[in-house]
Amino acid sequence: MQPTFSSSRILLPVRPWFIFLSLIFAAVLNFLPTANWPGMPDWVALVLCFWSVREFRRVGMGWGFMLGLLMDVADGAVLGQHCFAYVLLAYTASSLSRRILWFPLAQQALQIMPLLIGTQVVQALMRLAVGADFPGWGYFIGPVVATLLWIPATFILLLPQYRPVDQDPNRPI
Amino acid sequence: MAGMDHAPPPFFKRGPAPLALLTFYIAVSLAIFVFDLRFKSLDLLRQSIALVVDPVQRVAQTPGSLVDYASQYLQGMHSLRQENDELKHAKLTTAPDLQRLAHLEAENDRLRKLLAVTEREKANGQVSQILYTARDPFSRKVIVDKGQQSGITAGQPAIDEAGVVGQVTRVFPFSAEITLITDKDQVVPVQVVRTGQRSVVFGLGNGQLELRYMPANADIQIGDLLVTSGLDGIYLPGFPVAKVVNIERDSAYSFARIFCVPIAGVENFGEVMVLSPRQALPERPPETAGRAATSDGQRVKKKRMVKN
Repeated sequence: MQPTFSSSRILLPVRPWFIFLSLIFAAVLNFLPTANWPGMPDWVALVLCFWSVREFRRVGMGWGFMLGLLMDVADGAVLGQHCFAYVLLAYTASSLSRRILWFPLAQQALQIMPLLIGTQVVQALMRLAVGADFPGWGYFIGPVVATLLWIPATFILLLPQYRPVDQDPNRPI
Repeated sequence: MAGMDHAPPPFFKRGPAPLALLTFYIAVSLAIFVFDLRFKSLDLLRQSIALVVDPVQRVAQTPGSLVDYASQYLQGMHSLRQENDELKHAKLTTAPDLQRLAHLEAENDRLRKLLAVTEREKANGQVSQILYTARDPFSRKVIVDKGQQSGITAGQPAIDEAGVVGQVTRVFPFSAEITLITDKDQVVPVQVVRTGQRSVVFGLGNGQLELRYMPANADIQIGDLLVTSGLDGIYLPGFPVAKVVNIERDSAYSFARIFCVPIAGVENFGEVMVLSPRQALPERPPETAGRAATSDGQRVKKKRMVKN
């Protein structure tokens, strides 16, 4: 697979344990005390979205559901709130995958933004529908920051798959 | 044709259709959302997930608490000495009251016995440390470091050195979740100290509280202290809850809008005291008896009227 479909660079196949580790690491980032700062992105949503776009055969709605359950318990939210949002995110990301990967990174980020904002809006609507308090507009800055982080996140999460630029032509395989 | 009954190669297998999976997962998510919210019957699932998540969360919180610890450590001798002096001073100013408190309580007990009134319940509980605030931006909750292992149960009130902080709403094996009194629609039954009037105070979700359903001409002044009334069987009577800061009397509405701020350091980190559950209140008198009596009375009246 290439970094984008228009690129001529071929990547190594992804390692399943790296996907697993990155998702767990994203969850731990969400557990940090910094998560209460205004404008902090939902790391799990970002990484889940990334892998749903790139590897929709490996990471999909099942992962979204389990991670959602984890985040619900960790946040003290109503069970099912993150599940619902993450499952929707994984579904839309994987169904848009073949289109998104044709674009350069900046335009990919623009296409990702509505998905990430949608994740947040869905959660807010679910909670407001059952009588919770409006959390303030700062709640919707997070996904915008996450959109900006799409470019560095792509670079970091694809790092283990890059092969060296100058390859040895005499190598047997 | 031998080749026809071969299964297709495994790389065409994609499992169930994505739309079917989506429908399934969404149905399950919505089902657990409703069940958790309306029936509160998924606590076992929550507790078992928390058993895995809780240690990770505590580890993730350590850098922050280390920074706090370091800043406190480096605070310096001067400020500590100043604080120590202030505490000594405060202790001295409260000493006369405190020294007579034991005497007064004994006297109160004796008088209550003379009056044949049941004795006042003593407050006791366990001190627990606030670990972190729950990240859910839609509610105001904190997590403390004592749980089922220490015998905490849902419903116990929590106080700090100044007043009521909140109420335990969920219990995990090693931690418990306290919903703060400022959480939206968290209710505390209170009494106005100055007038003795009873009411309930509701959290507004923005750090303030509102005293609802008080008539527009109610005798409430800015600065009035609200304490727990003890009518609910959860909070012991007499703990300070809030202070009135703003009153809007609008003749268009039948109720005054009365805003209060909590007295306890509700949004601060620190330690709280989780009070033991109260002794059960005596049973309420059966309502049906009273209603039956009145309806009988009405019937009697009607009969009489018919006779007349």
